[in-house]
Amino acid sequence: MIISVASGKGGTGKTTVATNMASALGRGVRLLDCDVEEPNAHLFLNPVLGQAEEVTTFIPEIDDELCTGCKKCAEICRFRALAVVAGKVLVFPELCHSCGGCMEVCEEGAVLDGNRILGTVESGSAGNVLFSHGRLRVGEAMSPPLIEKVRSINENNGITIIDAPPGTSCPVIAAIKGADFVLMVTEPTPFGLHDLKLGVEAVKTLGIPCGLVINRSDIGDDGVREYAAKEDIPVLLEIPFDRKIAEAYSVGKLIIEVRPEWADKFRDLYNRIEILARC
Amino acid sequence: MRELVIISGKGGTGKTCLTAAFASLAENNVLCDADVDAANLHLLMNPKVRKRTDFMGGSIAEIRSADCSECGRCLELCKFAAISEEFVVDPISCEGCGVCVDLCPEQAIDFPVQKCGEWYISDTRHGAMVHAKLGIAEENSGKLVSLVRQQAKTLAEEKGNDLILTDGPPGIGCPVIASIGGASGLVIVVEPTVSGLHDMSRVADLAVHFKIPGLICVNKYDLNTEMTMEIEAFAEKRNMRVVGRVPFDPLFTRAMIQGKNILEYQGNSDTADRVREVWDAIMQSPSMNLMGLKDFSTVIK
Ligand code: SF4
Ligand code: SF4
Ligand code: SF4
Ligand code: SF4
Repeated sequence: MIISVASGKGGTGKTTVATNMASALGRGVRLLDCDVEEPNAHLFLNPVLGQAEEVTTFIPEIDDELCTGCKKCAEICRFRALAVVAGKVLVFPELCHSCGGCMEVCEEGAVLDGNRILGTVESGSAGNVLFSHGRLRVGEAMSPPLIEKVRSINENNGITIIDAPPGTSCPVIAAIKGADFVLMVTEPTPFGLHDLKLGVEAVKTLGIPCGLVINRSDIGDDGVREYAAKEDIPVLLEIPFDRKIAEAYSVGKLIIEVRPEWADKFRDLYNRIEILARC
Repeated sequence: MRELVIISGKGGTGKTCLTAAFASLAENNVLCDADVDAANLHLLMNPKVRKRTDFMGGSIAEIRSADCSECGRCLELCKFAAISEEFVVDPISCEGCGVCVDLCPEQAIDFPVQKCGEWYISDTRHGAMVHAKLGIAEENSGKLVSLVRQQAKTLAEEKGNDLILTDGPPGIGCPVIASIGGASGLVIVVEPTVSGLHDMSRVADLAVHFKIPGLICVNKYDLNTEMTMEIEAFAEKRNMRVVGRVPFDPLFTRAMIQGKNILEYQGNSDTADRVREVWDAIMQSPSMNLMGLKDFSTVIK
């Protein structure tokens, strides 16, 4: 069972929901923090992490001795990562999408297997929750391959909870594709509603069932609830604004640590998801 | 020409609400919404679209099954697992590298250019605005961000405006990199939480990487004053100027529901005053006065 926790808009409490649900369920749960640009889940779960593993991607390295300057590699490159100047190939590593086209077309064997560091992946455990996250290298633009790497760690066949990045473009798709259920977290404001609609559209293109958590549910208006009713998206949990929760959050504490009665609500949230994902 | 980009690292820190308020205070400026993935600024600006243009992004492969001999070459070539065993391309997975297109022995693969979104030039009550909408599940958000910024710059030049106010995207990846390159200054809006501090330090690294001066504004500072001080100390250590603190105030949400910024909604509130102070501090910072423009006029007076 793979549940991706997503939100069109950032800062709605996606990480809060993912970490509290993981912690309330406990044993056999794996949490994958795929928000690799700004991973935060570890700040709340304080996992003991093993060695950071570097994740790299292919980029061409040109052997000048073998290269004849024929330009075939530059011609196939759709991303302008290669240029031939005065018979020499220049590589712009940050533009390369690792498609391998240049290596494929070079007849001289002059394109060698080089690499660029995308970021790191770390794994460990927080109590009985298995934990992994990715961390994009600062200055690196391409997060999807790193997200895929974090997701590939998932060898367990129990419950996997994915903390997805915000937005609706390629990194989010990489984090929700193939999930059994997408849990959208939003707040009941015009910004929240606007971005929720985009998020729901993205989930629909992938054909995954989804449900809603409304955070800070008593600040704002009724737009989100009306939309959910109209679109037939079940509201699975509402979390009212509570200064004690906000303060706990600010120092990296879980809701279930300061308000233990919420542990049952998060377990119940999971049970409802399981039923919805099955049918 | 100066461009001030407002970013946050972490989403939901109140960046757009502050940008909208700054739009009320800025003079002679063009607005630019570079958060093309989840644009929000228009919800507070009620823009009248004057010009709408399609954004054509990359191409996507399409196999013509009638011409395909099912030789399997494309499957072997595609590094993005975008082609199924039945030789159908999944448009969401296709990266648009064109390698299969060029190397298919039957030339059975088309490569049509895709419409990836739209961008707009609009009028608002606080001046012209350039904004965009990226299609759902699209790539190329970085390209669209660069385009929107470029258009804002052209527009400002035409109109003789000397300031561009840009609402940036969250994160530190491709759209953020595209939104800060060449900017005069960054305002990083942080909330006083462990995640806020963590994400801000990553954005600060990015600012250093691209050599752009960063200014720090702590929003909702009273949710945790200790953390606020920690953030300010961190900023100082990283040589970033702190331009002020704004309290947690439900007025921001109420104003948002009315489609207004906080200055328009309740301009005489304490919070509105704090926002004005932050704006003054930004405009007096050295990074916004590289050409001495602001100081110069006061000197003349
Ligand atoms: S295809 Fe090979 S030989 Fe030709 S320019 Fe590129 S690297 Fe050199
Ligand atoms: S791997 Fe693809 S994107 Fe990278 S340089 Fe070669 S052809 Fe260009
Ligand atoms: S390479 Fe061309 S002919 Fe071969 S399977 Fe692919 S589309 Fe068909
Ligand atoms: S264009 Fe590139 S990514 Fe798309 S199907 Fe062809 S080889 Fe795969």
